[in-house]
Amino acid sequence: MTIASFSGSEPGNNVQFMSDYSINKALLDEIGDLARFTARFFREVFRPRYEFSEFAHQCFVIGYKSLALVGLTAFILGLVLTMQLRPSMVRYGVEAQIPAMVSIAIVREIGPVITALIFAGKIGSSIGAELGSMRVTEQIDAMEVSGTNPFKYLVVTRTLAATLMLPVLVVLSDAISLYGSWIGVNIYDVLSLKLFWAQVIENLAYYDAIPALIKCFFFGFAVGIVGCYKGYYSKKGTEGVGRSANSAVVMASVFIFILDLLAVQITELVWYY
Amino acid sequence: MDTSEPVIIIKDLCKAFGSNVVLDHFDLTLYRGENLVVLGKSGSGKSVLIKCIIGLLRPDGGRIEVFGQNVPELRYEELDQIRAKVGFLFQSNALYDSMTVRENLEFPLRRHWMHTEQKQVDELVHMVLESVGLPHTVDMMPAELSGGMRKRIALARTLILKPAIILYDEPTTGLDPITGMEIIELIREVQQQYQTSSLVITHDLKLVRLAGERIIMLIDGKCYAQGTYDEMKTSTDPKVRAFFE
Ligand SMILES: Nc1ncnc2c1ncn2[C@@H]1O[C@H](COP(=O)(O)OP(=O)(O)OP(=O)(O)O)[C@@H](O)[C@H]1O
Ligand SMILES: [Mg+2]
Repeated sequence: MTIASFSGSEPGNNVQFMSDYSINKALLDEIGDLARFTARFFREVFRPRYEFSEFAHQCFVIGYKSLALVGLTAFILGLVLTMQLRPSMVRYGVEAQIPAMVSIAIVREIGPVITALIFAGKIGSSIGAELGSMRVTEQIDAMEVSGTNPFKYLVVTRTLAATLMLPVLVVLSDAISLYGSWIGVNIYDVLSLKLFWAQVIENLAYYDAIPALIKCFFFGFAVGIVGCYKGYYSKKGTEGVGRSANSAVVMASVFIFILDLLAVQITELVWYY
Repeated sequence: MDTSEPVIIIKDLCKAFGSNVVLDHFDLTLYRGENLVVLGKSGSGKSVLIKCIIGLLRPDGGRIEVFGQNVPELRYEELDQIRAKVGFLFQSNALYDSMTVRENLEFPLRRHWMHTEQKQVDELVHMVLESVGLPHTVDMMPAELSGGMRKRIALARTLILKPAIILYDEPTTGLDPITGMEIIELIREVQQQYQTSSLVITHDLKLVRLAGERIIMLIDGKCYAQGTYDEMKTSTDPKVRAFFE
């Protein structure tokens, strides 16, 4: 094994030459490059030296940056969902079941997926743009000659931070959504917060919460690794940086849905057999 | 100081990107304490050459010996030790724009010499900023500096490890003639003050005339000609002449 990380601007060039007939090849190449990038992540993550302080800093930045946006959307989501659901529930005379339904919808699906998508928009793009501009202005090369493994310092820390912070944000966003839902219920009815929570808790099983939380780690990882991959192999020029940021969001969002699909299948399998 | 001792020896260096052959059996020797200029037109592979020397690009063939060690064969740790002794001034400066000037300067120090005391770090930061004449910028962000100032800070960041060799990638490109002149002066001062060997890569003739003791012409990926400025200027070879007309 010689030098582990030659600046490596070779991969990731595939999409640029995309014409009709080579579109599938470009896509496959891209997936191959991403897989290799991910494999490298797992090789480097366990190997010293560990960049603890940069990791802590990234956790703060990544978590804190998305807090307000996630909170706001979660609140509106809970409120709107409840108000939309109400007419149907009233028609069948089961409006008392609103807290139960909303909580299951939010905890199992809507909370994780919507939060992850917002996270991809906010964090995936900012990681893609940050690393992309560092690549273009040779800051990544400068790090490498300064005795730092840029893959560890930039990619490993950001990916780990995203993996860890998304579940935290989802738990928060679920709670805020449910609070929004409680307000939604109270527009028409009177239901104390205590009673609302009692109904929510009663209806939620571990089966709802645990798999939902586990898939969030994968969503977070996808956002982090895709953002880093796109930025790390960004093409020269400011246009390259913009494209990195943009395609990071698109690719991460697609991955979130694919992972979601896999998660539901695996959960069914594991839980019932 | 033994000026006949080579610090960098490049033999038969080849590098191609796909079908684009950039370096084709290129040879170069840099002796201790000398100022060597590599002159070549834009796109001739000057930056590729310098990136091969520092191990940022992997050559397709040939040897690059820095202090007697062949760079393409080194392991990561060994390469790091070489890199601590070889400063690299990037064409685009490559200052970390999320960090202040102080943090930029501290970064290579903290990374290469892990157990340096804060007091010593502060002294070194102050010293290199004095050397480049910008002590007042210590708490500024790179975005607040002018192009010439950024070049100086980038040079300070290279100097802070007291390298034995400095590789300059087009230090005057993109600067106005007066600022360019100041940078040339600075390079000469640094050379005397820090006793470094320098490899300067450029297409700026003024820099060649003032800073180069020996000149190598990089044409068609080869070491096409070498000699002093006057020898080159009076050369009859059309490809060499093209630079001086
Ligand atoms: N990472 C890369 N991938 C593909 N081709 C590259 C890469 N880096 C450089 N090249 C090619 O190598 C050739 C030489 O580039 P290089 O940057 O060394 O030129 P240069 O002599 O430094 O020019 P300038 O004076 O403009 O900086 C160019 O044709 C360029 O397209
Ligand atoms: Mg160049």
